Amino acid sequence: MLHTAYRPEKEMGLRRIFTDSGHLVRPAVVLIAALGIFLIIRALVIPKAFGQYGHYRPAALMEIRQRPIVYAGQDQCVMCHDDEAKTRAAGKHAHVACEACHGPLASHANDPAAHVPKLPDVANLCRRCHEKDAAKPPGFPQVVTAEHSGGMTCNSCHQPHNPHL
Amino acid sequence: MIPGVDGFMYPNEIELQWGLLIVLYPYITGLVAGAFILASLERVFKVEAVRPTYRLALLTALAFLLVAPLPLQLHLGHPERSMEMYLTPHTSSAMAMFGFVYLWYLTVVLLLEIWLDYRVDIVRMAQSTTGFMRLVYKALTLGSENVSPAARRIDDKVGYTVTVIGIPSAFLLHGYVGFIFGSIKANPWWSTPLMPIVFLFSAMTSGIAAVLLLYMASVKVKKIPIDMRCLDTIGKYLFYTFLIDFTLEMLDLVHRTYEADESFRSLDFMVHTRLMFSQIILQILLGTLVPLALLAANQLWKFSEAKRRVMYLTAALLTMVGIFAMRWNVVIGGQLFSKSFLGYTTYKVSFAAREGLFTAVGLMILPFVIFVVLVILLPPWPERSET
Ligand code: HEC
Ligand code: HEC
Ligand code: HEC
Ligand code: HEC
Repeated sequence: MLHTAYRPEKEMGLRRIFTDSGHLVRPAVVLIAALGIFLIIRALVIPKAFGQYGHYRPAALMEIRQRPIVYAGQDQCVMCHDDEAKTRAAGKHAHVACEACHGPLASHANDPAAHVPKLPDVANLCRRCHEKDAAKPPGFPQVVTAEHSGGMTCNSCHQPHNPHL
Repeated sequence: MIPGVDGFMYPNEIELQWGLLIVLYPYITGLVAGAFILASLERVFKVEAVRPTYRLALLTALAFLLVAPLPLQLHLGHPERSMEMYLTPHTSSAMAMFGFVYLWYLTVVLLLEIWLDYRVDIVRMAQSTTGFMRLVYKALTLGSENVSPAARRIDDKVGYTVTVIGIPSAFLLHGYVGFIFGSIKANPWWSTPLMPIVFLFSAMTSGIAAVLLLYMASVKVKKIPIDMRCLDTIGKYLFYTFLIDFTLEMLDLVHRTYEADESFRSLDFMVHTRLMFSQIILQILLGTLVPLALLAANQLWKFSEAKRRVMYLTAALLTMVGIFAMRWNVVIGGQLFSKSFLGYTTYKVSFAAREGLFTAVGLMILPFVIFVVLVILLPPWPERSET
């Protein structure tokens, strides 16, 4: 490219052009060396088989699969806690999963005696879903909790499993 | 009621995610692109009059380019992860691709062009200096001291080619920044295909103004006579690009007003209230109309040298302020209203925070420090280089 751009005077031989444009090779070498170093670092640091299934590490799938399960799923809870299940099914919380309020309890479901769960902190629990917020759909039951409860805990009037009074 | 919030705001809109540093980012890249385009005027379009600013403009571009990614790094909670963008870039991410545009521009365009242009000086200084500086210059020669006339002629040709490649690269560099904003379809304040073009021209405007200021400053510092023909020519180009920039922005405004889509009432309200100062007063009145009038006056009438100098100085300073205000209004303005078009929030700049005012001021000073270092290392003035 350089040689076509540059038209040498007649008396100049091809050799001279080479010596006079020789220095241009140097930044090119620096650039290629930098690119090479980058590619080596890249090969070293990016995870093996990156992109095999998509733009992520394929090994991540295995790692995630190996994590312990923390949620039991409500089908499990219902098997042992028939009373709560019945109460809940009768009220407005029928479609709120047990562990949405109780937190992940797989360990408890596997061995109830060894892992007795703490009861939810009612003062913060109900607020999380029912605090008044203009961004919530207007049909969703919401209250300004501070005004509504008058400082009492929600479960002194509502029953958590069937919030109807 | 949340202080600073009027009307209906979605919860995730109340606090701005992009603050002052993201305002700086397009501002700084804009200066790079603008300065480079001014340099290429001399090189490619053979505008001899701006010759005295050629090297100055290249060094300005380099100084600002080195700082350009820093606001983004500081904005990230995990700056070290930004490297992932180079290692495993996602082709659907404009930001990831931009990283490569940046590297291309830095290495293949700017560094190469500066090296080619300074080679003769570097080789001379490698021979005339001693000690540590000698080593630095030796390293900068990359081991070749061939500065024969034939070699210089080749350098000139190659430098020309690099500049020709550099112009679309500079356009890409800043067009891209505009593209990133312009392609955010959820935000009506940003989402317009005009955005890259408006950004480009405002970049050129601010870059030219910056070089003009740096030229005037360096002439003062070096106590060398100012080249009025050069100043007049830069003033002329500043006027032209600013005029195009202003026209484009007004086109955008007129188009929005006439189209008056569902976002218009909200945006209009904002311009009349929260953006009144930064948009109408700072950007349009002080930052555009006044400098345009000053520059236009110079095209129409002949003023004395002293007067012209003051006029250019004022115009360039106001231009810098105006373009900064424009960046501010784009970045901050685009986040002040709710996507419901029913509410507005406010933005407060914090002081000593990671993304606060002090950081921003530091980031604006840094390119000037780099510039001074570069000027000491690679003096752009022929006077010095002849000694
Ligand atoms: C294998 C049967 C079994 C399963 C499954 C089970 N539990 Fe239990 N749960 C028990 C037993 C038994 C106790 C009483 C333990 C004790 O007091 O020692 C208990 C206690 C509790 C308590 C504490 C009661 C208290 O008075 O402190 C809560 C809350 C609870 N379970 C919730 C759940 C939830 C939620 C699930 C579903 C993830 C669940 N349980 C699944 C058997 C089970
Ligand atoms: C809306 C939230 C919510 C849901 C949904 C919910 N619970 Fe509860 N549950 C509570 C609260 C709050 C308490 C503690 C009440 C207290 O402190 O008096 C509680 C207490 C309990 C207790 C202890 C006994 C008691 O009545 O005090 C058991 C057992 C229990 N829940 C099981 C379940 C099971 C099983 C389900 C799913 C069928 C379920 N809960 C769903 C909020 C909930
Ligand atoms: C995980 C979110 C969640 C939590 C936590 C929660 N709720 Fe609910 N609550 C709901 C949903 C969902 C409904 C049903 C809304 C509907 O029917 O549209 C509901 C309904 C209600 C209702 C019925 C309103 C009516 O119109 O009759 C009351 C009262 C209520 N909840 C009180 C509580 C109380 C008290 C607590 C705390 C113990 C609580 N909720 C915790 C999600 C939650
Ligand atoms: C002093 C008793 C009392 C306490 C304490 C109380 N509530 Fe209520 N709550 C009521 C009564 C009574 C109603 C029904 C009023 C009505 O229908 O207008 C009600 C209704 C509701 C509703 C339904 C509102 C609607 O629009 O349908 C929700 C949600 C609710 N309460 C949540 C809570 C939460 C959350 C707390 C705890 C912060 C709480 N309540 C504490 C008495 C109480």
